[in-house]
Amino acid sequence: MDIVNPEPTRQPIRFRGRSYVAFVFSPAAPIVGWLELLDTTLARSPGFFVGKPVVLDLSALDLSPSAISHLVRSIEAREIRILGIEGVDAERLSPQLPPLVTGGRTLQVQQVQPVEPKKPPPKPPQTSLLLDSPVRSGQSIVFPDGDVTVLGSVSSGAEIVAGGSIHVYGTLRGRAMAGVNGNSAARIYCQRIEAELLAIDGYYQTADELDASLRSRPVQAWLDRETMRVTPLN
Amino acid sequence: MAKVLVVTSGKGGVGKTTSTAAMGAALAQAGKKVVVIDFDVGLRNLDLVMGAERRVVFDLINVVQGIAKLPQALIRDKRLDNLSLLPASQTKDKDALTEEGVGRVINELRQSFDWVLCDSPAGIERGAMLAMRFADTAVIVTNPEVSSVRDSDRIIGMLDSKTVKAEKGERVEKHILLTRYDAARAARGDMLGIDDVLEILATPLLGIIPESQDVLRASNVGSPVTLNNPVCTPARAYTDATRRLLGETVPMIVPSERKGLMSLLRGRRAA
Repeated sequence: MDIVNPEPTRQPIRFRGRSYVAFVFSPAAPIVGWLELLDTTLARSPGFFVGKPVVLDLSALDLSPSAISHLVRSIEAREIRILGIEGVDAERLSPQLPPLVTGGRTLQVQQVQPVEPKKPPPKPPQTSLLLDSPVRSGQSIVFPDGDVTVLGSVSSGAEIVAGGSIHVYGTLRGRAMAGVNGNSAARIYCQRIEAELLAIDGYYQTADELDASLRSRPVQAWLDRETMRVTPLN
Repeated sequence: MAKVLVVTSGKGGVGKTTSTAAMGAALAQAGKKVVVIDFDVGLRNLDLVMGAERRVVFDLINVVQGIAKLPQALIRDKRLDNLSLLPASQTKDKDALTEEGVGRVINELRQSFDWVLCDSPAGIERGAMLAMRFADTAVIVTNPEVSSVRDSDRIIGMLDSKTVKAEKGERVEKHILLTRYDAARAARGDMLGIDDVLEILATPLLGIIPESQDVLRASNVGSPVTLNNPVCTPARAYTDATRRLLGETVPMIVPSERKGLMSLLRGRRAA
């Protein structure tokens, strides 16, 4: 029986270059001391170099071929495989040793800074609130951080609560509570007073208690120690 | 572009239903295709004022729940065939209305009508909220008295915050319709003046409807006042208001007391 050996179609062999990243060991004299340092490193994290490519850089040493083989065997005894040797003359390496490599470049280890999301510049805390539409019955405006200014009117049944002063450039028919966080210097100003209730720092006055002569006039309300004063503005 | 208009007030008994019927009929008389929807589920009235109470088969709730189709529930007016009514249910309650269902019905009505008028129930609960929810325009019916004005103010606040338009950052167009205006009481100072009302509400005025027996008479015979007696004073006021709604400029007539012989005599005796 003839065995027909078909002629395999010959494919041209292709070579490609490829670069890899490897650890580089640079032993320094004395070798014994350096090996001890390697041992302490391995004791801390055993198996750290297992399966990792390692290149031995001997440029800092002047070793005989037998010393090189001894060093390589000592390292391999620690379960570290040497991929190549650099920094020695080729003739010093016996064929049993890993090949000579050249042209290595130091890898710049870039410290990866966690990218901080750009924060918008912090807004200065709002210290006043401006309302350019009337405050309707049933609406409640609460602003504990500062003054409230209303360009329209405040309807009957609406309320404004402010940490600071309250300014109403229309008619104040609802309730106005100023200085709610204990700010006794807060005041209430309005173009025309028909308010249901005025309060500053917890001291209050209802519409009934308001002097009838003040009604429908521009007034301010302020606190004189523990008494609320309502005085005309003109 | 169809316009959805809600007739609302907050307070009851100010004339929402009467105004819806009167303006609906006036818009239809102006040649627009109009549908009026009664949102007052459980206490429906618009069918009576429109004189369609004997022809109600299906209602808004049936359509919202998918039991009936919209064309089955719409009642065409006998006098104006471009005016339709979508009645409310008298037996269900307002919780049967869902936002999604109402939205669907209104969208469907937008396809085939020029104006969709929603007659809101009184109050600020679910029925009233859903009546205004999809509105482009609002007519706030107000009587010249403090309780009505304050409730209207509350409703305006809600129109500015709780409607679909408001949530999109747009504005619902708002108009005040002053109803039951009694010239004699106004002259005596028993009522809030027109200026006072407008100053409090800070919203443009659409019209002033005088208190009149003609309105009562029309309601009793089941006909919108603008159809029943188009030349009477309230009917004219409603027609003028409707023309303003359509963008015309119509001078505002403030109803004044007609000085009869008797009042002249009385006036002299008092002097």
